[in-house]
Amino acid sequence: MKTIMLVLEAGLRDLARNKWIAAYAFGFAVITEGLFWFGGTGPQVALSLLNVVLMVVPLVALVFGTIHVYASREFVELLLAQPVARRDLFIGQFLGLALPLAGAFAVGAGIPFAWHAGAGTGGGALLALFTAGVALSVAFAAIATWIALRTDDRLKGVGLALGVWLLTTVVYDGLVLAASAAFAEYPLERPLLALMAGNPVDLARVLVLTQLDISALMGYTGALFERTFGTSIGTSVAVVTLVAWCAAPLALAARRFARRDF
Amino acid sequence: MITAQALRKRFGALDVLRDVSLDVRGGAVTALVGPNGSGKTTFIKIVLGLARADSGTLAVNGAAADAAGQYRRHIGYMPQAAHFPQNLRVRDVLELVRALRQGEATDEALVSAFNLAAEMNKLVGTLSGGTRQKLNAAIAFLFRPSLLILDEPTAGLDPIASGILKDKIRQVRGEGRSVLITSHILTELQELADDVAFLCDGELRFAGSVAALLARTGERSLEPAIAALMRTERARRVAPVESAPVAWIPAVERI
Repeated sequence: MKTIMLVLEAGLRDLARNKWIAAYAFGFAVITEGLFWFGGTGPQVALSLLNVVLMVVPLVALVFGTIHVYASREFVELLLAQPVARRDLFIGQFLGLALPLAGAFAVGAGIPFAWHAGAGTGGGALLALFTAGVALSVAFAAIATWIALRTDDRLKGVGLALGVWLLTTVVYDGLVLAASAAFAEYPLERPLLALMAGNPVDLARVLVLTQLDISALMGYTGALFERTFGTSIGTSVAVVTLVAWCAAPLALAARRFARRDF
Repeated sequence: MITAQALRKRFGALDVLRDVSLDVRGGAVTALVGPNGSGKTTFIKIVLGLARADSGTLAVNGAAADAAGQYRRHIGYMPQAAHFPQNLRVRDVLELVRALRQGEATDEALVSAFNLAAEMNKLVGTLSGGTRQKLNAAIAFLFRPSLLILDEPTAGLDPIASGILKDKIRQVRGEGRSVLITSHILTELQELADDVAFLCDGELRFAGSVAALLARTGERSLEPAIAALMRTERARRVAPVESAPVAWIPAVERI
């Protein structure tokens, strides 16, 4: 535990002074305040911000995370040469990446909402929006860590990270749509729900939209999700599945870190 | 001290270490030398626990090298190039390693000798390569380890800092501690080394004192002696390649 806390503290100190993390937080603050500035009400701002979160948070977590893990490799080797356990070092390093990413989003987007006292956005919707942003930060930081630990070639690693971003934010929905059109004659409810659970970005979208109660914007899978589970159970299912999306790549990355040769 | 027995390591189809058995004795500086790709770095990484041997045993100061890594309390490691997080201050880096190895006796001599006190509040990213290397050296010697592993230790250091580091290595040897050093600057090894371990193609081809190596090769200093070992190895590798295809041609009786 001591090693985890020490490595985490060093990671937080390093990224707290990182200009890209500061720019990321500042960017979210400007976008959120801008949405308020253009006359949006709280729920409208939350909805517009959601679309930014779904695209930007995975992109930054994947690309920044991959580059950060590659850049830390030699320092990790130096720390591994000390009498520390690999597992503790991994946890400290990962938290030192994921917490600043999640924190930059939460602080950047949170300050304008706090300034406007929520502007009529329901507590549930706000909580869902920030839970979604934090969960996406952690899940995609874990995927980035796994990619960087699996691939020694830095260029290939960053390319893979961008590929995951394209797949989850753009291609996946297209594939689901194509599948639902191709098999329109069949009962697709269950397969489509399973497909939605296969993409953390879709889960985050549904988690927030069920709280904002805007079924028209949920898309087919979102509406289906709410109809199948209802709002409260649906929210719980989305949160649990998002947590699984954080845990699974993290477990894979931890396993890789424990076994790999540096 | 390091006691390595029959270490083997394979990366894919490549045998990087083949049954390497080596004793690094206390109170001596052992130079680990060999051509590029001979397995020096892999051997060091296995000793440090950064890579795992496929088979063989390893002990440092009598403690088995295991996954828990507590045997690394005996080791100080100076990698070839120092890469610390760019936004940490020198003070943060030193405090981190001190906290990780809390309770161990410290030796601040290099921190003072390199005048790192003046750099404490600077971000690592703003330091010159030489100053980062001084920090790297100070960390390696900080906990009075009984085994020091130094990978190209003087690379990037100015002559004064290089001299300070070499004096420190001699002092450590005088205290009965072990030093395993790799360097491509053979004149530097000539100054420091008592023993030589020569790796080639993952095999340990020579292990013994510098005097024994000079006697074997008939050379007067380490540089030509190592060069002679390398030439011998090259000739051994090249010979079958040159003669084998020619011997298959019936008309050719000699070359």
